[in-house]
Amino acid sequence: MGEPSPDGRFGEYGGAFVPESLVPACLELDQAFRSAWGDQAFHDEYLQILEEHAGRPTPVTNATRLSERLGVRVLLKREDLTHTGSHKINNVVGQALLARRMGKHRVIAETGAGQHGVATATACAMFGMECVVYMGEVDVARQALNVFRMKLLGAEVRPVASGSRTLKDAINEALRDWVASVESTHYCLGSVTGPHPYPWMVRELQRIVGDEARGQCRRILDGSDPDYVVACVGGGSNAAGTFAGFVDTEARLVGVEPAGGAAVGRGVPGVVHGSKSMLLQDEHGQVSESHTISAGLDYPGVGPEHAHLAAMGRAVYVAADDAEVLDALQLLAVTEGIIPALEPAHVVAWVARAAGTDDLPEGSTVLITMSGRGDKDAQQVMDLLG
Amino acid sequence: MGAAPGALEAHLRSRRDAGRKLLVPYVTGGLGEHWLEAIEAMAAAGADAVEVGIPFSDPVMDGPTIQEASQRALDGGATPLGILAQLEAIHACVPLVAMTYYNLVFRTGHRRFARSLAASGVSGAIVPDVPLEELGEWSRAADDAGVETVLLAAPVTPDDRLAHICERSRGFVYGVSVMGITGERQSLAESAAVMAKRLKAVTDKPVLIGIGVSTPAHAVEAAVEADGVIVGSALMRRLLDGADPDELGALVGDMRAALDAG
Ligand SMILES: Cc1ncc(COP(=O)(O)O)c(C=O)c1O
Repeated sequence: MGEPSPDGRFGEYGGAFVPESLVPACLELDQAFRSAWGDQAFHDEYLQILEEHAGRPTPVTNATRLSERLGVRVLLKREDLTHTGSHKINNVVGQALLARRMGKHRVIAETGAGQHGVATATACAMFGMECVVYMGEVDVARQALNVFRMKLLGAEVRPVASGSRTLKDAINEALRDWVASVESTHYCLGSVTGPHPYPWMVRELQRIVGDEARGQCRRILDGSDPDYVVACVGGGSNAAGTFAGFVDTEARLVGVEPAGGAAVGRGVPGVVHGSKSMLLQDEHGQVSESHTISAGLDYPGVGPEHAHLAAMGRAVYVAADDAEVLDALQLLAVTEGIIPALEPAHVVAWVARAAGTDDLPEGSTVLITMSGRGDKDAQQVMDLLG
Repeated sequence: MGAAPGALEAHLRSRRDAGRKLLVPYVTGGLGEHWLEAIEAMAAAGADAVEVGIPFSDPVMDGPTIQEASQRALDGGATPLGILAQLEAIHACVPLVAMTYYNLVFRTGHRRFARSLAASGVSGAIVPDVPLEELGEWSRAADDAGVETVLLAAPVTPDDRLAHICERSRGFVYGVSVMGITGERQSLAESAAVMAKRLKAVTDKPVLIGIGVSTPAHAVEAAVEADGVIVGSALMRRLLDGADPDELGALVGDMRAALDAG
C-alpha cells in the first residue's frame, strides 16, 4: 500500500473528479500533505497530540473467552479506547494540524455515525477553529447523542434533508459548502474516499493503527503475525489504516461490509464524490441508497484503494447483516465486557460465522480492529432489541 | 491544437461576431410534462443554444433548485438515454448542449454516451466533475463523435491553467461567475466581471458566464465583459412552481430584449 500514482490512482481506481472550483484546493492539499508528511516536526507534533490527548498507543487485547467460544484466537486492536471513542481521531488530528499549516481557520466535515463529527469538533476546539458538520437527517435522529456532543464541543451541526439523508448526502452538502468556501476552509473528510489526495492522506493518517498493532501482535504471538487481519469497511479508513501495517506480511486481509451497503461485494465501478471506485448504482449510473442499522457504514461507495486491493486479490471483502451484527454486539459484551459500536460489531459477526470454516479455520489467529465503542449506539440498540 | 471549430462554436462565434450577446438557458431534462416544449419555447424566444440537464442522483455543483428539479425528474422515471431519445424528436432551431455528471457517462460507456448525444442532435457537453486532468477518455470519445466538450473555468483557476482550459474547451468557455454552486442570487458577484475579463484576455472562443445569473439586469451586467450568459435556476424555479412553456419563453424573451438593448 504505497503512494498512488501522480494522478491519484491505485491501479485503475481513484483520481480527482472534482469541479474546477476545487481543483486548486486539491492540488494545494496534496502539496501541503506531502511536505508535512516528510517533515519530522509535523510527525512529532501529530504523535505527541495523539499520545497526550487521545490515549495512544491503544492496547491489543487478548479476547480469551471469545476465543474459547469460537475456537480461533481473537486479538482486539482497541481504537474504542481512544479519546472520543473511535479511530476517527487519528485522521482528524493530522488534518487539523494540516489546516493550521495551510492557514485555514474554518473546518467543515461530514459525518454518518457522528464519530468523525465528534472527532473533528474536538480537534477544532483544541485548535480554536470554527467547525461546521454536515449530517443526514436520518443519522441526526439515530445518533442523537453524538449530535449533542458536537454541539457541546462548539461545532455547528447542519442536518441534511436531501437524497437518502445519510452519509452520502452529507458528503454532497460538505462538497457544496467547500465549492463556495474553499479559500478559507479546509474540508476534513472522514474516510479514505473523495478526490486525491484524501484516500491516500487519510490512509497514512490511519496507518498508526496497523503499525502499532503489528508490533503488539508480534510481542503477543512470539514474533509472528496474525493469520487474519479483519476490519469493517464503510468508506474504509480503519480498514485501510489497519491493512497498511500488515500488507507486506503473510496475513490475510479481510474487510467486512454491511450486507445492505456492500460496495466492493456487490457494486460495479463508478465515480462519486471525486473518485473512481466500486459503487452501488443502477444500470443508468444513478447512485443507490444503502441500508444498514450502522450509520457509520451506511454508504453506497468505498475508498478506491479497497477496490484496488480487491481487484489484486490482496484483500477479500465479505458482508454481515443487521441481525447477526446485533447478536455479535451482545456476544462481545458478555464474553469480553466490551460493548462495541455497531460498525466493528460487523467484524465480530463475520468472525463468529466464519470461525471453524474454510474461511477462518479452527485454531487460526485473527486480529480484529475494534474501531469504536458502543456508547453512541446504546439508545438505538435498546430500541432494536425491544 | 488548432482544430477547426465545431458546429456549436461556429454557431456561437458567428452570432457574437455579428454583435449579438449570447443567451443560453438551461432546462432539466425529464422534468414534468412540458420540458421539451419549454426548450422549443426558449429557442423561439431568442436563446442562442439551450443547455439540457441530464439529472444525476448526486449533483454536487447544484443548489436546492436544480437538486429538486433533478430529483423530480428522476422520480418521474427520467433516464439518460430516455431523455436523449426524446430530444431526437424535437426541433429546437438552435444547438443543444447536454449538462450532466461523469458517472452517467462512465456507466453508459464513453463512446456509447458520446454517440447517443450526437444521434440525438446534441452538439455539446458540459460535465463539471471532469476537470482537465481527468478529461482524456471522455474527450477522445466526444471528439470522435463530434460532440464539443465545454470546460469550466473558476475564479480560483490560476492564469497558466486558465490558458490550458481555454485551449482545450470546445464550443465555448464556461466562466463560473462566483465560487459556489448553482442557484439564484440577489446580485451578480463582483468576481463575474473579473472572470470574464481574464478569459477574454486569453481566448477568442465565446466566453459565457454562468451560475447565479438570475435576472435580465444580471444578464446585461455579466455580458458587459463576457460574450453572453447561462441562466438556469431562475428558470427552473419557475418550472418547478408550475410555469408553462409560454411563460418560460416569455422570461427568456425578457432577457433577450435586455441583452439586445444592452
Ligand atoms: C466506530 C466506527 N467504525 C467504522 C466507521 C466506518 O468508517 P471507515 O470505514 O472509514 O473506518 C465509523 C464511521 O463513522 C465508525 O464510527
